[in-house]
Amino acid sequence: MIKRTDKALRAGVLLVLSLGVIGPLGAGLAQTAAASFGYMPALGAHEFGLAAYRSLFDLPGVWTSVRLSLITGGTATLLSLMLAVGFCAMAHDRMSDHAAARWLTPFLAAPHAAMAIGLAFVLAPSGWIARLLSPVLGLDRPPDLTLVNDPMGIALILGLMVKEVPFLLLVMLAALTQIPVRAHMAAGRALGYGRGLVWIKIIAPQVWPLIRLPVMVVLAYALSTVEMGLILGPSTPPVFAVFVVRLLNAPDLNMILPGSAGAVVQAILVAGAFAMLWLGERLSRWAGLWWLRAGGRGSSTEPLLRLGSGAVMALFVLGALAMTALAIWSVAWRWPWPAVLPETWSMRAWVGSAAGWRPALANTLILAFVTAALSLMLAIAWLEGEDRGRMARARWAEALIYLPLLVPQIAFLYGLNVLYLRIGISGGMLATIWAQTLFVFPYVMIALSDPWRALDPRLDRVAASLGAKPWRRLFTVKLPLLLTPILAAIAIGVAVSVAQYLPTLFMGAGRVATLTTEAVTLAAGSDRRITGVHAALQAGLPFAVYALAFVLPAVLYRNRAAMKGGIR
Amino acid sequence: MRKPFQAALALAFLATGALADDWQTTLDAARGQTVYFNAWGGDARTNAFIAWASEQTRARHGVTIRQVKLTDTAEAVTRVLSEKAAGQDRNGSVDLIWINGPNFLSMKNQGLLFGPFVTDLPNARYLDLSPGSANTVDFTTPVAGMESPWRLARFVFTYDSARMDAPPASMAGFVEWAAAHPGRMTHPDPSNFMGATFLKQALLELTPDPALLQQPATDDSFATASAPLWVWYDALRPNLWRGGKVLPENESIQQQLLNDGEIDIAMSFDPASAAAAIAQGLLPDTARVFVPQGGTIGNVSFVAIPFNAAHREGAMVVANFLLDPETQAHMQNIEVLGSYSVLDPARLDRATRKAFERLPSSPALPTRTQLGPTLLEPHASWMTRLTQAWAERYTRE
Repeated sequence: MIKRTDKALRAGVLLVLSLGVIGPLGAGLAQTAAASFGYMPALGAHEFGLAAYRSLFDLPGVWTSVRLSLITGGTATLLSLMLAVGFCAMAHDRMSDHAAARWLTPFLAAPHAAMAIGLAFVLAPSGWIARLLSPVLGLDRPPDLTLVNDPMGIALILGLMVKEVPFLLLVMLAALTQIPVRAHMAAGRALGYGRGLVWIKIIAPQVWPLIRLPVMVVLAYALSTVEMGLILGPSTPPVFAVFVVRLLNAPDLNMILPGSAGAVVQAILVAGAFAMLWLGERLSRWAGLWWLRAGGRGSSTEPLLRLGSGAVMALFVLGALAMTALAIWSVAWRWPWPAVLPETWSMRAWVGSAAGWRPALANTLILAFVTAALSLMLAIAWLEGEDRGRMARARWAEALIYLPLLVPQIAFLYGLNVLYLRIGISGGMLATIWAQTLFVFPYVMIALSDPWRALDPRLDRVAASLGAKPWRRLFTVKLPLLLTPILAAIAIGVAVSVAQYLPTLFMGAGRVATLTTEAVTLAAGSDRRITGVHAALQAGLPFAVYALAFVLPAVLYRNRAAMKGGIR
Repeated sequence: MRKPFQAALALAFLATGALADDWQTTLDAARGQTVYFNAWGGDARTNAFIAWASEQTRARHGVTIRQVKLTDTAEAVTRVLSEKAAGQDRNGSVDLIWINGPNFLSMKNQGLLFGPFVTDLPNARYLDLSPGSANTVDFTTPVAGMESPWRLARFVFTYDSARMDAPPASMAGFVEWAAAHPGRMTHPDPSNFMGATFLKQALLELTPDPALLQQPATDDSFATASAPLWVWYDALRPNLWRGGKVLPENESIQQQLLNDGEIDIAMSFDPASAAAAIAQGLLPDTARVFVPQGGTIGNVSFVAIPFNAAHREGAMVVANFLLDPETQAHMQNIEVLGSYSVLDPARLDRATRKAFERLPSSPALPTRTQLGPTLLEPHASWMTRLTQAWAERYTRE
């Protein structure tokens, strides 16, 4: 029997979510939309109209910029998805989940901005690869080639892929644990289908519903990235998100109006891309059925798969090089062209900038753990509420949770800040925690919900039949059993919190300095060594937490073989 | 809720209070305050200098400075604007901003600034505030006491003397130089302050009537004055780094390109930047500074206080501290910041003048004579128009 109190938990969480997440987001969007239609009293603009949109589309290069965003974001997402599927097909049965998670962790932990800075150094004509080649090719000066910031956005696509392929692999591997892959594979192979085709025809359609939301998150990020677009993307014109941020930051304050129009257009672009995704899904469902019935065995997919896995490995190598390069820069003094390694080494970058990074590290730690803990409590309350109300996972509710990840940040952060100012909490730790939690909570949910729902319900029932009340069952049965995924969720939450740039900057009024805000500010400066220090700390912190998430269960449950496992 | 009337009343009250020369009242009110100094954070030396200033003001006046590091000054301007939008007329988050040019014009026009306050600062007596002096106009916009000077900026080029022996003698000379060394020079994106300054510098030299630039630009005057600039730029552009199709985001990234050997010329708004970069290992020991013969654009960097600053008195104490002759001498020290003093030497006593003369030097630091004459910034409208016109001409459609 379901009691009213059982439903209350879920209702409470829903209330917190709508007040804490949906409300601010909607208010922020409304503020931006109002400004885009010409209403901004602070600027003396009171007349509703389309003037802001007109002046936005009169700006030179705006269409090129939109096209660039669509091409780079779309290509990066599509390629990442294809490569991730291909790699899973190739490596899934040869690799334990543990090993995979260990491999992926550093790439997930490294923040986008740091990865982009490292990649730029690896790829540039004066960069690491060119320096290795310069003696062979006899170069005394770096070649005048556009390898980074290229007008086609290839460097940006590459950078996005280095970050997104590991993320998609992680969610895909998690999804695969819910599908009897080995049985399907055996049956498919027995019927004469090639490995690749079994994946595309049988396994992928089952995985897709489980990874659709994460893919949408990737797509939304790729279309609206500011940091990566700035560092790796084309200039004159840049990708649209950078274009909009430049308008919002123009010395002429009146540009905020077309800037807001741009923020709305950015949101429409993402919505349009989602529509394309939905259309693509419909089309492939229709075409796929026909294709399945045609019954081609595709035994020749093997070379293609190998190419795909090769590409994934190349991306991993590139990412690893980028992170290594930054780590070396942080202990370099002079490292001019064409030296492959620094001429002089020094710890001065670490010691000299300590006054800068120590308080930033402290702020980052506080924010990371508070937001991760808050998000975790909320996630547990949500999932437990689901259990107690015996409710199935509601799609609409899930979409609500992911909303902050699907709406481009620039479309609502400015408006959100005005709202926080009205409440009187902007510019402090509280506002920053709130804003970050909007983005941390969805990831914690992604990490926790599948293992939670996969928990054997009989354990809970046994405890209940022994007379344990719901709270006791939660604390003595469920949570201890779920320790490993809970720690993993905390680790992901910490990583997400550490990486937040725009929310921290806007809501903290710049006063809450974190490793990421410092790193991005310094990346605007020219000192790769100090950037290296911050990027190393920025990547190192989540990494340490991930490591802890591996070690802790193994130590705590050293006498309980079945509960040891690492992160799935 | 907005209370413009009360705010105006409060301002008027404060202004009269300060006119009574009650600096001591300001000092008393400032004690214990933490001033949030919003300043561009991309330069490690400036950050270190502000940290030093905080120690000093804490020891002397009990005022702590916290630097809010900006990637772009407009961030702070937008923040004050959104506070105004939310009706937050007191307790604003920005106490002091490092500002000048178009950002100052914006804030002044939108009524986002507190003041006038400069003449209330005791150390203002060392400044030349006579009408028309560099401290009283910012990009030709009258300062009217709404911002206080703190450092002098001069536009200079940086090059590596080991790779390059004869730098161009004029802006016009860059065309020839680039043709002889294709792909070896570039400039920051004109949407960035430094990129726009590069264009302004060329405009000042190439335009038929430079006096016109001191007036607000009109469609006609802009078309006539800028015509030779575009001829010059069209000739220069094909020989720029990456064919002029990719531009560095700002001058720091450009300096990094110089250090990486990708280009031979970088630029800066600080004559001491090359010497400082050498000391920090960011440029080779052979880096030097040069300026075109006709002189270069110079301006004064200011600090301003937003209308709703939470710690107005503390901010005034900091602005006053920045004008202290001792502070200015420390700032001009090449080992610290190396930016020239804004004070009028004629108003300093002999001992202080000596202190300035005794400051250490560096081979990469140009003398005042080598720097040549200082050219006035054009009216702010020219920069806005130049940036727009450049974008219209050279953005890929």
